[in-house]
Amino acid sequence: MKPIHYLRCLVGISMREWLRFLNQRGRFFSALVRPLVWLAIFAAGFHFVLGVSIIPPYETYIPYSVYIAPGLIAMILMFNGMLSSLSMVYDREMGSMRVLMVSPLPRWFLLTAKLLAGVIVSVLQAYAFLAIAVLWDIVPPWYGYITVLPALVLSGLMMGALGLLLSSAIRQLENFASVMNFVIFPMFFASSALYPLWHVKEASLLLYYICQANPFTHAVELVRFALYGRLEPVSAVVLVAVTAIFLTLAVYGYDPAKGLMQRRAAE
Amino acid sequence: MSTVPAFSVEGLGHRFGQRRALKDVSFSIAPGDFTVLLGLNGAGKTTLFSLATRLYAQSEGMIRIFDMDIRERPLDCLRLIGVVFQQPTLDLDLSVEQNLFYHCALHGLSHRDAARRIATEIERVGLVDQRRDKARRLSGGQRRRVEIARALLHRPRLLLLDEPTVGLDISSRQFLLDHVHRLCREDGIAALWATHLIDEVGEAARVVVLHRGEVRAVGAAGELLGKTQAPSMRAAFETLVQERAAA
Repeated sequence: MKPIHYLRCLVGISMREWLRFLNQRGRFFSALVRPLVWLAIFAAGFHFVLGVSIIPPYETYIPYSVYIAPGLIAMILMFNGMLSSLSMVYDREMGSMRVLMVSPLPRWFLLTAKLLAGVIVSVLQAYAFLAIAVLWDIVPPWYGYITVLPALVLSGLMMGALGLLLSSAIRQLENFASVMNFVIFPMFFASSALYPLWHVKEASLLLYYICQANPFTHAVELVRFALYGRLEPVSAVVLVAVTAIFLTLAVYGYDPAKGLMQRRAAE
Repeated sequence: MSTVPAFSVEGLGHRFGQRRALKDVSFSIAPGDFTVLLGLNGAGKTTLFSLATRLYAQSEGMIRIFDMDIRERPLDCLRLIGVVFQQPTLDLDLSVEQNLFYHCALHGLSHRDAARRIATEIERVGLVDQRRDKARRLSGGQRRRVEIARALLHRPRLLLLDEPTVGLDISSRQFLLDHVHRLCREDGIAALWATHLIDEVGEAARVVVLHRGEVRAVGAAGELLGKTQAPSMRAAFETLVQERAAA
């Protein structure tokens, strides 16, 4: 197989993901409405409750809605990453996973292609959110729309890789719901998405360290800085490392020799 | 004609924990052969297919596709295999064509080649008018036809079909059987057709009888009738699967 075959395969998997996404319009609207509800209601309600000091990358006092916008973008990436993985569990139950797995391309590539296909859909949703967020005066500098792209891709890859890893370990669709609750909500709330970490530090040092260790915090911060044309190097390094770990474990989980699929058949 | 078997297994075994699903399975299929893998539910047919398609890792014995060891060259082997799984595997939300293009992409085919091959295969299974329909709108028999068309798009030389006619009406079953026989005859494709339906064993077919994970007999249908002195294939099958239970 030559590089062109790999490219065609990647395009094919991305097309399928895109067609499935278009077929599930409810998924698009719920992915978009969820952060908008947070922005319209939660941000308005907490506008005066949470004082936000001047913290980088911001150069002045900012409204709370501006503060939580990167967190909500990361939320879109998180939900989409998880839903994309949910579709892997669904594919496995429905049998279409077998079609993917008997392709004569290496399994690591097939899983990475599946991951990238999900990220493309995630990034487009994030931009759709940014376009609507203008109505709430969330307007980063013009170049921020460009510099945020690599941050969206890297954060999307991390969330998708996590989802892929979870899907490799989950046996049935029903189990996925509970894992979502135990993964999504703790990750979202124990992060810098809704409140600056100095606030958290004042309340609980332990929680502060948990938030610092949470890869979702780094996704939020990478997006936050990138929206203002700045790179948050620690977050970038953490995300690259965590993505590599999650993806390696997911490929391991889907490897027939390691037997997760086999173990499921035996049970 | 090539003497290299299209598919051969030697001493193949597999366990699920304590349960032994396959034990010392050996047989081979020549190019152009139509071979029926006959066995009741739970005989180990699907396990054998899962091993041959690398969905399960193989630990005992050897599987060779055109003389290539599947453990040594798994991707080269997969390129030569077309599979119709027991479980339906079409994406029901996509159209027939979209499903087929997806498969072509997974095999690295260009869009132009894919379009040409899809047109050919879809015509061969008589679904030209349904090519833009969502798979969900097709009948069970039509979905199976699409899956066979899909399995042939990358021009495999070995076709593995796991209970392809389960749940289909008589005419759909006959269509699929005739179609695969034609592929063997005209295109030289080797086919391994797993089934528990004894009436799918034609007089000229080669048969591998699999029972409780073991091969009980291999040979032409006529040979098995002669060997067992049975008046019908059903009686021959019953004799073969009972022989060792009685022993």
